[in-house]
Amino acid sequence: MKLDAAIIGGGVVGAAVARVLSRYHLSVAVFEKCDDICMGASKANTGIVHSGYDAKPGTQKALFNVAGAKMYPALCAELGVPYKKCGALVIAFTKEEQVTLSLLRDRGCQNGTVRLSIISGDEARALEPALSQEVIAALHVPKSGVVSPYEMTFALMEHAAVNGVKVYTREKVLRVDRQADGFLLTTEHHCVTAGTVINCAGIGAAAVRTALVGDTVRLIPRKGEYHLLDNTGYKPFTRTIFQCPSVMGKGVVITPTAHGNTLIGPTAMDVKDGEDVATTADALKEALDKGRRTWPQISTRTAIASFAGIRAHPVSDDFIVGHTQTGFFEAIGIESPGLTAAPAIGEHLGKAVAAYLKAGLKEHIITPCVCRKPFREMNFKERGEAWREDPTYGTVVCRCEHVTEAEIKKAIHAPVGAGNIDAVKRRTRAGMGRCQGGFCGPRVLDILSDELAVSPMRITKFGEGSELLTKEIRGGDI
Amino acid sequence: MTRADLLIIGAGPAGLAAAIAARQAGVKDLLVLEREEASGGILRQCIHNGFGLHRFKEELTGPEYAQRDIDLAADLGIRIQTNAMALSVTRDKVVSFVSRQEGPRQIECGAIILCTGCRERSRGAIGTPGTRCAGVFSAGTAQKFVNLHGFMPGSQVVILGSGDIGLIMARRMTLQGARVLACVEIMPYSSGLNRNIVQCLNDYDIPLYLSHTVTDIRGTSRLNGITISRVDENRRPVPGTEIDFSCDTLLLSVGLIPENELALGAGLNLSAATGGVLVDDRFETEIDGVFSAGNALHVHDLADDVSEEAARAGRAAADYLLRGGQKRQMLSVMDGRGVLGAVPQKIAVPAEEDVRVRFRVDRVYENAYVCAHAQGAVFPRRKHRILTPGEMAQAVLPKQPLSLAEGDIVISIEGEKER
Repeated sequence: MKLDAAIIGGGVVGAAVARVLSRYHLSVAVFEKCDDICMGASKANTGIVHSGYDAKPGTQKALFNVAGAKMYPALCAELGVPYKKCGALVIAFTKEEQVTLSLLRDRGCQNGTVRLSIISGDEARALEPALSQEVIAALHVPKSGVVSPYEMTFALMEHAAVNGVKVYTREKVLRVDRQADGFLLTTEHHCVTAGTVINCAGIGAAAVRTALVGDTVRLIPRKGEYHLLDNTGYKPFTRTIFQCPSVMGKGVVITPTAHGNTLIGPTAMDVKDGEDVATTADALKEALDKGRRTWPQISTRTAIASFAGIRAHPVSDDFIVGHTQTGFFEAIGIESPGLTAAPAIGEHLGKAVAAYLKAGLKEHIITPCVCRKPFREMNFKERGEAWREDPTYGTVVCRCEHVTEAEIKKAIHAPVGAGNIDAVKRRTRAGMGRCQGGFCGPRVLDILSDELAVSPMRITKFGEGSELLTKEIRGGDI
Repeated sequence: MTRADLLIIGAGPAGLAAAIAARQAGVKDLLVLEREEASGGILRQCIHNGFGLHRFKEELTGPEYAQRDIDLAADLGIRIQTNAMALSVTRDKVVSFVSRQEGPRQIECGAIILCTGCRERSRGAIGTPGTRCAGVFSAGTAQKFVNLHGFMPGSQVVILGSGDIGLIMARRMTLQGARVLACVEIMPYSSGLNRNIVQCLNDYDIPLYLSHTVTDIRGTSRLNGITISRVDENRRPVPGTEIDFSCDTLLLSVGLIPENELALGAGLNLSAATGGVLVDDRFETEIDGVFSAGNALHVHDLADDVSEEAARAGRAAADYLLRGGQKRQMLSVMDGRGVLGAVPQKIAVPAEEDVRVRFRVDRVYENAYVCAHAQGAVFPRRKHRILTPGEMAQAVLPKQPLSLAEGDIVISIEGEKER
C-alpha cells in the first residue's frame, strides 16, 4: 500500500485530520487498532464543548480550544451531530475559589471567550435550583455546549471516508520506520509506505513518537470514572456545572449530555496501564461524593451506566500539535479540552500536511451524508415518510431510545460501518437506554448476524475475543 | 387518526387477561398492541413450569399458561396487533404507535390499560465496578438467548442476585451443560420464591452466598473472573472477605423495574415504593379512563396474580366505558410499619366488594400479623408463619368494615418475632 498520508489512530483527532485531508488530491488512510473507530478517550469523556476560559493564554490548549469551540455549532449542523449550547456555570464554595473565578474570567477574556460574567450564589441557584446552598458565586459561561463525542467522531470519519479516505480498523501499527522518501509502516495486515505520518494515537502516541523521533514525551494515563443517569424523569441541571479546576483537571462535573442524560464525573487518577478502563468502587464513590457538593440531592436511583475513560495527560500540561520532523506530524497529549479542540487541530494539521505535500484541493467534495434525523426525533409526518421509504422504520428494536431496525441496518452499512454490538450502540443509541441492551441486545445481535452474513456465534460486543455466545444449542441436547 | 373504545398496551399475561375480561364485560371495540412478534410477553421465554397453580390448579409452563389466554382471546375475537410499539400516550388518551405493517398511527381511545411490563435492573443501575467486558448479562437476556434463540451465552457462570429469573437460569444453564459456580445475594435472605431456591439451587448443589455481592468484574474482552465480598449490615463490602471466581459469565438478577415511560409521558406520577403509577381499587390511575395492571403497576412473583389483577382492571375499564366515570369518595392506603408499596394506593368507599391490597414486607418476619387500621373500622388481622420480601404479601379488606372506614387505611406488620 502506498499512501501520501497515514493517520495513526481513529479517535476524534484522527477523524478530524482525515476529514480535512480528504479535501485534497491525496491518498490517505487511517489505521485504528480496535474493532471500531472512537474506542479511546474520544468515546469516554464529558462531551463538553468548552468555551475556552480554562486554558492558560498562549498555550496550544488555549489556541485550539477557542478555535475549536467556534467551529462546533456550524460543524455539527453540517454533519448532523447532536449538539446543544446549554451554557455552563463554574461554581465557587470558598473565597479562594471566588478568586479563581475572577482568574478564569480574565483568562477567558484573554483567550477570546466572550460574555463571561460572575454571578452570586443566589443568582446561580435562580438559574439552577438544584445547586447547593453552599455555592457563594459562579462564573456564568453562556456559550458552553455539549456534543455527542462518538457521533462527532463517526460523522467526521464518515465524511472523510465518502471523500476517499480509507479507514482500517483492527489494524494496529506495529512499526514505523523512516525511509529515504517517507515512512514505512508495518501494520497487522499491511506494509504501507507513506509520504507523511500523522500521529493521533491517543495514549499510544508517545510510543509512535519515540519510534520515529527518538526523544520521549511522557504521557500519563489519567483515568476518569463517570456515572450516567437516565434521560427520562427528573433532570437536576440544564447547564454544565463545573467545580473550580485544580491541578488534576477540571474536577467533577455534572452536565446534561447532548441526548438529555445527566453525566457525573470524571474522577482523576493516574494509572500505569493506558488501556485500564475498569471502574473501581472507590472512584465511583468519589465521583458521587464530589458531585454531592454541587448537587446535595445527588442520587444514582436513575443511574443506567458507569464507565471509565483514559485521557493522555502530557507532563508538559500542554498539547503537542505540529510538524515535529520532516513529514512527521503529531497531535499528542490531547486531554481535555481535546474534543473541543479536535476540529481546529484537524484544520491545522490537515492543512500543514497538505502544504508539505504540495497537494491541491479537489474540485468537488461530496457533502456529508446527513441521513434522516433519528426516528425518536421525528414528528408523525416524518415518521410516515421514513416508513414509506423503508418499512423497517416501523420496527422499533430499542424500546428505551426508540431506535428502529432501519437505523441499525444503516449504521451497519454506513461508510465506516458498525461491526459489533457496541459499535451499533454508539451510532444509533440502541442499548444506550435504561435497560442497557437487556431487551434489544439479542435483536441487535440477530440483525448484525443477518446483515454481515456471519453466524451469531461470531458477533462480538466490541471486537474479537468479546463474543457474546459460547455454544449453539443443537437438536439432541436437552 | 382512528378511534378505539379500549386500547390495551401489551399482550403479556396482564394485557391478555385485561382484554379478555373487558370483552367478557361487553367492550366490543378493543385493540391490544404488542411490541414483540407474538403475544405472551415474558412468558414466551419462561419455559419452566410452575405457572397456573392458583388459577388453573395445574402446573403449566410459561408458554402454556400464555397460550390459554391467547386462545381465549382469539375465541373472543380480540384483535391483537403484534410488532406494534406504542410510542406515546397523552392525557387526553391519544396513543401514538408504529408498526412495520402500517407505519406510524395515532389512535384516540375511550379508555387505556397500560400493561407495559417491567425491565431488569442493569449492571449500570447497581454500579458494579470492573471492566465492561462481554459476558455480563441480565438473567432475562440470557434466558432469551437460551430459550428463544437457541444459544448459550456462557459456560462458567456466577449469578448475582437471587431473584426468580436468576434462580431459574441457574437451573437452566446447568441443564444445558454450563457450570453454575455460585449464586450471590447482597441481602441476608433470598429475594426469590422459596420453591425456586430449593428446586433451582439446592437440587443442583449450587451454593448461595447470602450477604455477599460482586465487587470486581475482570476481563478485557470476555469476562474471565469476578470477585465477591461479604457485606456488612449497611450492604457495604467488608475488606478481607473477597472470594475470586474464574468464570466467563455473570448473570444479573438484581431486581425488576416497572416500565412506565408511557405513563410518565402522559403526566402520571410514579410511586417511589413500587415504581408503578398510583391506582385506586379499580386500577384506575390519576387520569380518568387510564388504567394500569401487571408488572408495570408493581412487580409480582406469580403470573396468576398478574392475571387476577389485570382482569379486574379490564372489568373496571369496561365499566368506565359502559357506565361512564363516577366520582367516588376515596380513602388513601398507607404503608405502615414493615410494609412497602401497598397497591392500590386509594380505595373508594362505600366499597362495592372486598378489596385485596398487595405489598412487600421490608425484611423477614416470623409469626407476624398483617393488620389494617382505619378510623371507624375494624379489620380482621391475619397471622403468617413467615413473611419475606421475596414473596408478595396481601391484606384482604372486607367490604363491610371498609365501608365504615374514615380517613387513611394503614397496612402494617405487627406482633412479629424478628428472625
